Amino acid sequence: MNPLPKEIEEEIQSFSPEVEAEIDRHIAKYPVKRSAILPIMFIVQRERGYLDAAGIAYIARRLDLTITDVWEVATFYTMINLKPVGKYHIQVCRTLSCQLLGAEKIVEHISKRLGIKPGETTPDGRFTLSWVECLGSCGTAPAMQIGFDYYENLTPERVDEILDSLKE
Amino acid sequence: MRIEAIGCEPLLLARFNLENSRSLETYRRHGGYEALRKALTTMSPDDVINEVKKSALRGRGGAGFPTGTKWSFVPKDSPKPKYVVCNADESEPGTFKDRYLMERDPHMLIEGMLIAAYALGARTAYCYTRGEYKYLIDIMDQAIEEARAAGLVGERILGTDFSCEVYTHTGAGAYICGEETALLNSLEGLRGHPRMKPPFPAVAGLYGCPTVVNNVETLCAVPWIIMHGGDAYRSLGTEKSGGTKLWSVSGHVKYPGVYELPMGYDDMEKFIMEDCGGIPNGRKLKAVIPGGSSVYIMRAEDIIGKDVRMDYEGLVAAGSMVGSGGFIVMDDTVDIFESTKNLIEFYKHESCGWCTPCREGTDWLVKAFKRIARGEGRPEDAQLLLDLCDNIEGKSFCPLGDAAAWPIQSAIKRFPEDFKRHLLPLAEQERVPAVA
Repeated sequence: MNPLPKEIEEEIQSFSPEVEAEIDRHIAKYPVKRSAILPIMFIVQRERGYLDAAGIAYIARRLDLTITDVWEVATFYTMINLKPVGKYHIQVCRTLSCQLLGAEKIVEHISKRLGIKPGETTPDGRFTLSWVECLGSCGTAPAMQIGFDYYENLTPERVDEILDSLKE
Repeated sequence: MRIEAIGCEPLLLARFNLENSRSLETYRRHGGYEALRKALTTMSPDDVINEVKKSALRGRGGAGFPTGTKWSFVPKDSPKPKYVVCNADESEPGTFKDRYLMERDPHMLIEGMLIAAYALGARTAYCYTRGEYKYLIDIMDQAIEEARAAGLVGERILGTDFSCEVYTHTGAGAYICGEETALLNSLEGLRGHPRMKPPFPAVAGLYGCPTVVNNVETLCAVPWIIMHGGDAYRSLGTEKSGGTKLWSVSGHVKYPGVYELPMGYDDMEKFIMEDCGGIPNGRKLKAVIPGGSSVYIMRAEDIIGKDVRMDYEGLVAAGSMVGSGGFIVMDDTVDIFESTKNLIEFYKHESCGWCTPCREGTDWLVKAFKRIARGEGRPEDAQLLLDLCDNIEGKSFCPLGDAAAWPIQSAIKRFPEDFKRHLLPLAEQERVPAVA
């Protein structure tokens, strides 16, 4: 394997034994290690906030892949964040059933309240707002996810309650 | 949101309202894993495949391919390991049935996967679930562990010679991975690009080994079929479309939800206007997309008073398709140009970039739709949009291209008035009344 840039080499560290064991459990599910790449990307993202260059290098080393192998997968999937996102990543569904029931109003309301447009993060790093495609919440539209948590049948009032309930 | 069976005894929804419906204990108390026991102890793998063939069960993910036939394509003499893969990448806009099957009754899916694995000689089964459904992956993992502890997953299941591992796997936000060969690439840790067919997955699928990929709802129907027989299942529906089907209903209806109907339910008007409570706020029905966003849009006039039968043949006769059974209902406030624009933006975002017609075509379509939406439409744009669709449909590497073209083609053909208005010079657009 080619040597890594020094600053990345220094940053690649093992995770805690628990996280390493979690990663091992994923790898053990498949006859080919590489299959575990997406589950591991989610774990690295959870631990580091997003998938940065050091995280990519870590996965490459862990799965015996090249850096390029990992990048090409990381850049394909929209749920893999290659840039930092806020502590709370608000993802509002924009696809048809949600649009029919007022998704735009929901995003306008959040934008106004947080002072950010879709694609932006608040200066304190607390919130990122994104439009996303169909979340499979069409029957409970309009809907959003914050991180992995679903919030459905949204109204501006309900959005306020949800945002108020989030911890600092 | 409602979840209920109409016109039949609940089959897939049978345990949905029980307390702790997702626990192994509840599942077993209501007959769970008895079909697996029956298959393992009284039936040969071929018997299982034949029973599924007799049932006329067809793939519930969208393509509607006969499940038993798909299973029979797996070569029996292959020395390679075989795989069962459950497609839980539910991402077709308007579709959310699999989500509730996994949320409320995960053991039904695990049992279906195990029976399929037994029929096909597989010792490993994966459940590929879309990344957004993380909470369902957690539910499935918990159910698998429960089943393993009870000797239902792993070595020598129920004391027989049959051993099978069941694992969950996560996607990461790519619609294309619902296409079975793209799903397999993704499961192998690659970009989710579709593969050339043939070879079909039944011959060379996961890791180049014989593989069957089935939708969640399809696999969930299998335990009932094995328990009660293929003929009994078929008789719930029609000759060619056996059993029951879940329909996800969203948009402008009073009671959106997941409804289980017998195949051949008669008829679509009654379903929308009565079973789903009709159109709220005193509005009128304008359009329905009945099978997930990829199928042809239907006009109200082609539904009301037309006795549209809800099965594969009935919907084709009515000018659309069953697809994934995702009903998107639109009232007369909706501008079909706008709703179509919303969908083509979805397809552009989800085009995987592998083939030129789909990658470039969906991009050009979005550009044209955006220009028209800015008020820069020209009368010849309707033909331009159709030409762009024609350069995608049937010419893309996988069905995503067709899925992007069909909603536009059918919308322009069936709602020309909504497009014409946008294609007038801006000053004139204001003189033509917009939709109600």
